[in-house]
Amino acid sequence: MVFSTSRGFAPALFAAAMGLAGPAYTANGGDKLPASSRQSELVHMVRHDCGSCHGLTLAGGLGPALLPDALAGKPIEYVERVILDGRPGTAMPPWRGMVSDEEARWIAQQLQNGFPREQ
Amino acid sequence: MDFRENSRFLKLSAVAAAMLPLAAAACPDAPVRGTGDLGLIVERAAGRLELIETTGRSVLGRIEGLGDLSHASIVYSRDGRYGFVFGRDGGLTKVDLLCRRVEQRVIQAGNSIGGAISQDGRLIAVENYTPGGVKVFSAETLELLADIPAEYADGKRAKVVGLADAPGNRFVFSLFEAGEIWVADLSDPRQPVVQKFRGIGTQPYDALITPDGRYYLAGLFGEDGLALLDLWHPELGVRRVLDGYGKGEEKLPVYKMPHLRGWALAGRYAYLPAVGRHEVLVVDTTTWTEAGRIAVAGQPVFVMARPDGRQVWVNFALPDNDTVQVIDTESLAVVSTLKPGKAVLHLEFTPRGEAVWISARDDDRVIVYDTASFAPLAQIPADKPSGIFFTVRAARIGL
Repeated sequence: MVFSTSRGFAPALFAAAMGLAGPAYTANGGDKLPASSRQSELVHMVRHDCGSCHGLTLAGGLGPALLPDALAGKPIEYVERVILDGRPGTAMPPWRGMVSDEEARWIAQQLQNGFPREQ
Repeated sequence: MDFRENSRFLKLSAVAAAMLPLAAAACPDAPVRGTGDLGLIVERAAGRLELIETTGRSVLGRIEGLGDLSHASIVYSRDGRYGFVFGRDGGLTKVDLLCRRVEQRVIQAGNSIGGAISQDGRLIAVENYTPGGVKVFSAETLELLADIPAEYADGKRAKVVGLADAPGNRFVFSLFEAGEIWVADLSDPRQPVVQKFRGIGTQPYDALITPDGRYYLAGLFGEDGLALLDLWHPELGVRRVLDGYGKGEEKLPVYKMPHLRGWALAGRYAYLPAVGRHEVLVVDTTTWTEAGRIAVAGQPVFVMARPDGRQVWVNFALPDNDTVQVIDTESLAVVSTLKPGKAVLHLEFTPRGEAVWISARDDDRVIVYDTASFAPLAQIPADKPSGIFFTVRAARIGL
C-alpha cells in the first residue's frame, strides 16, 4: 500500500525491457508486488471502475479492449504510462494518485497476461 | 480464453434465439397484479436482475442469464409488463416482470451501450459501439427490422451514444468519433429515413431529450459546451449552447463519464453535469443560456430532478462516489449531503417522488431514502447493483 513513486521507475524500465525480451515475462520478475489485499482492491477497481469505459470483461466500450490480444505488441512500459498519465485528447484520464507506479505496472502486467477475475 | 468463451456464447445464443419463439406462454403461478410499482435493479457482475416493488419496498424475485451487464440499461413496454435490457455484450433481452423470466434474448452486436423504445411502443432501437450503429427490432418478437450503420468519413463507423426516442416514431442519436447527430424516422420501420447533422462538436458522449420530446441536447467531451437540436425546427440545424462553460480552464481528470439521460428539468431550468468540474450547470431552457452554477462535492455523474422538480439529486465520479447531494431548486443551495455507501452508481425516484432508491455497488445494497426528511427507509440487498429502473419510465418520452 505504501509505495514510493521514486523507487518505482528504474525497476519499471527493467521490467519493460524484460517484457520486451521474451513472451515468457511473468508478474514476479523481481518487482515489488502489491500486497494481496491491495491486489484484490486493484482487481475490483479495474473490473468495475476501468470497466465503466472498457467493459466488465475488458472487451472494450467507449475505451478500447484491454484483453491480451488487444495489448499484444504494446510495450508494458507504454501500458503503464497510459494508466498513470492518461491519453490527452481522449477520454482516458491519468490514474496517478489513484494508483502508485508499482501498482500501475502490476495492472499492466496482469492485463497483458489475462486479467484476473474477482474472487 | 475470453475470446473463445465469447464466441461460443455467441453461437449458443444465436441457436437459443432461433429456438426461442417462446410465445407469450401463460405463467399460471403469476399473481394478478398491476406493474406500476415494479422495477428492476441491475446486478451488473452477476448478469442478473432483481425484481422489486416500491409499495412495500421488497424484492419479488430474480431473473438470471442476462450476460454482461456492465453499463446495462432498461426501457419498458407501454403496458409495463416487459423490460428490454441492453447489455454491454450486445445482448438485447426481453424480460417478463409478471412471469419473472427471460422471454427472449438475442445477441445483436459485439458491444452495446443502450437503447430506446419508440413512441408507439412497437420498436426497440439499440445503440452500438461495435459495430457502430443503431439496430431496430420489433418489440414483440425482437425480429431485426432495420440496421443503420454509423458510417462517416471513408466508411469508418462511429460509436453511437445518446440514443433517445422522439415523437413521430423517430430516434435521435450521436456519433462519438464523427461529431454528428442523426435523426432516424421509422414511420416505416423497414425503411428508415435518416437526416444527418454534421460538425456538431467534438466527441458527443451522451445526450438527452426534453420530456416534451422537442429538444435534443448532446454533451460534448472534447470541448466545453453542448449541441442543441430543436426537433420542431430541424431546418434550423444544430446550435451550440453553453459554449466554453469551462472558460478554457484545465479540466480535472474524468474518472467516469457523466450521464445525461434521466436528466433534471425543474420548471424552466435544466440542471446538467459539468464535465471535469465540481459543478452543476443551471440552464434557462427558454433561452438555452447559463443561469447559474452550483458548487458540489465532486464531478457529477447523474443529475436528476425529483418528479415535482423541487429537488435535484446528484451523485459523483471517483473519488467522491460515496456521496449524494441534494440541491433545492428554489434557493440553488445544497440542502443535504448523504453517504449512502461505497460506489454509488445510480438513483431512481418512485413515480411521484416521495422516495428515492440509490445503488451502492461496493456495499452490495440499495438504500431507499425519504426525499422530504432524507431519512433512510429501507435497505435492499443486491449483488453489485448498478442501474435502477422503475416501470414508470414506460410512459415517459426519452426514457
